[in-house]
Amino acid sequence: MKLVIGIVRPERANDVLEALYRAEVRGVSMSRVQGHGGELDRVETYRGTTVKMGLSDKIRFEIAVSEEFVQPTIDALCEGARTGEVGDGKIFVVALEQAVRIRTGETDHGAVTPVSS
Amino acid sequence: MALGAQVNAGDTAWMLAATALVLLMTPALGLFYAGLVRSKNTLNTFMMCVAALAVATVMWALIGYSLAFDEGNGFIGGLGHTFLQDVTFAPRDGMTIPHLLFMAFQATFCIITVALVSGAVVERMRFAPFLVFAALWSVLVYAVLAHWAFGGGWLQEKGTLDFAGGIPVEMGSGFSALAAALVVGTRKDYGRQALLPHNAVYVLLGAGLLWFGWFGFNGGSGFSTGNSGVLAFTNTLLTPACTLVVWFALDLLRGRQVTAIGAATAIIVGCVGITPAGGFISPGWAMLLGAVAALPSYAIIVWRPRTRVDETLDVLAAHGIAGLTGILFIGFFAQMSWNGVSDGLFYGDAAQLGWQALAVLVTPAYAFGATFVILKLIELVMPLRATEHEESVGMDIVQHGEEAYVTGEGAILVSPEDGRRSDTPVGGRV
Repeated sequence: MKLVIGIVRPERANDVLEALYRAEVRGVSMSRVQGHGGELDRVETYRGTTVKMGLSDKIRFEIAVSEEFVQPTIDALCEGARTGEVGDGKIFVVALEQAVRIRTGETDHGAVTPVSS
Repeated sequence: MALGAQVNAGDTAWMLAATALVLLMTPALGLFYAGLVRSKNTLNTFMMCVAALAVATVMWALIGYSLAFDEGNGFIGGLGHTFLQDVTFAPRDGMTIPHLLFMAFQATFCIITVALVSGAVVERMRFAPFLVFAALWSVLVYAVLAHWAFGGGWLQEKGTLDFAGGIPVEMGSGFSALAAALVVGTRKDYGRQALLPHNAVYVLLGAGLLWFGWFGFNGGSGFSTGNSGVLAFTNTLLTPACTLVVWFALDLLRGRQVTAIGAATAIIVGCVGITPAGGFISPGWAMLLGAVAALPSYAIIVWRPRTRVDETLDVLAAHGIAGLTGILFIGFFAQMSWNGVSDGLFYGDAAQLGWQALAVLVTPAYAFGATFVILKLIELVMPLRATEHEESVGMDIVQHGEEAYVTGEGAILVSPEDGRRSDTPVGGRV
């Protein structure tokens, strides 16, 4: 059981969602974050004030998956988010100690497996 | 310059105020349009309207006014008023306000019309070619159509009635918008992703301010405090209210809910519908016009997004089609006892309907054709569109180096001297 965290460009978020859907990965959270990953700063000017914008808007995906879904999830994130330019983002995979589905009390593997409907 | 023409103080006072009211419509339109686009394109969309304030005004003073309102031939005016020559305090023939004020009032119409067309190309057209387009279009399309309808051109000579700009402003912008959308092309995500309005409150506030300004637009088009202006002013209250009611009903029938952005659109459609007819039809018929005008515009707004035509903010439906409806409506319901000019078919003069129908055929053809050619010519010199990458970053950062909703987090102050260094990537990768 792993937590896959993907930080991607906001304009690629829809492509990532589509790729995840095709990979049959269900159960996704996303949030807006700001970050800096070595890309060139952009310069903005507001009247006389010129600033370097050090932080860029990013979307952070959090996806808890069972072992067999780790690689498909990573592949989907890469496929959806890659443009080839600096600033495409990062994927972090971290071990997940426990997961609980609140509605049923199922834990771990059962909790991260999509409900068959 | 009629001999003995007198400036009337009351008329002049009203027209000064009306001119200011119409000018307000352009930033109001900027707000309306800005709310309808995605947040990353807010400033660029608004700036296209600001661009019209800049470019159209200058072109109008240099040559546009002369081509529209100087005596020329039926197709286009002369060059006698270029650089505002002989535009002074003496009134024009048959008018009671200074010629200078008449020119300023008409300028505000040219400005808003140029701004209207931008609705077709927002979120992907580059700013520089838009400035060039605004300059050329305000002269080659707006001034020509204004001459036909108001400046003694051939439509006006034949007897086509257009009170406040159904021909040059509404049909002119609407059908030009269609051509512009076709030449510039669809946004890259059009039809693939949901491209939603980012602030419905801007849209409603913009529509409200437009309606407010429209009292000057229509009420001022009588150029006096006389009956036709008062009639148009009052009809500008009645018609959009009826359009709103019908739009609510159509929304309820179609989706069981009355929508806010639908309501804002209805205000525009109603104001547009009464624009050509304001001083020519009775208040009762104006209310019917409001109801009738809702139908074709609503139908096109529902249908258009299912096509491959990304006429993004529906200028054709809200302006072109609603203006067309108003122009034709005059042909049926114009009433001599109210306007002192002409009767429509319903009051015994079928010929009037013929002249109105003529305008409905030739105006869209000219506006569409000329706009198509102008944009194709600009495209030979410079690319009209941003790249796909720039489009996904958003036009605010790429074209203006600013954001509408900047937080300031992570912003590092740059000393003024190296802020403009050419090796600093402006609008770089995000």
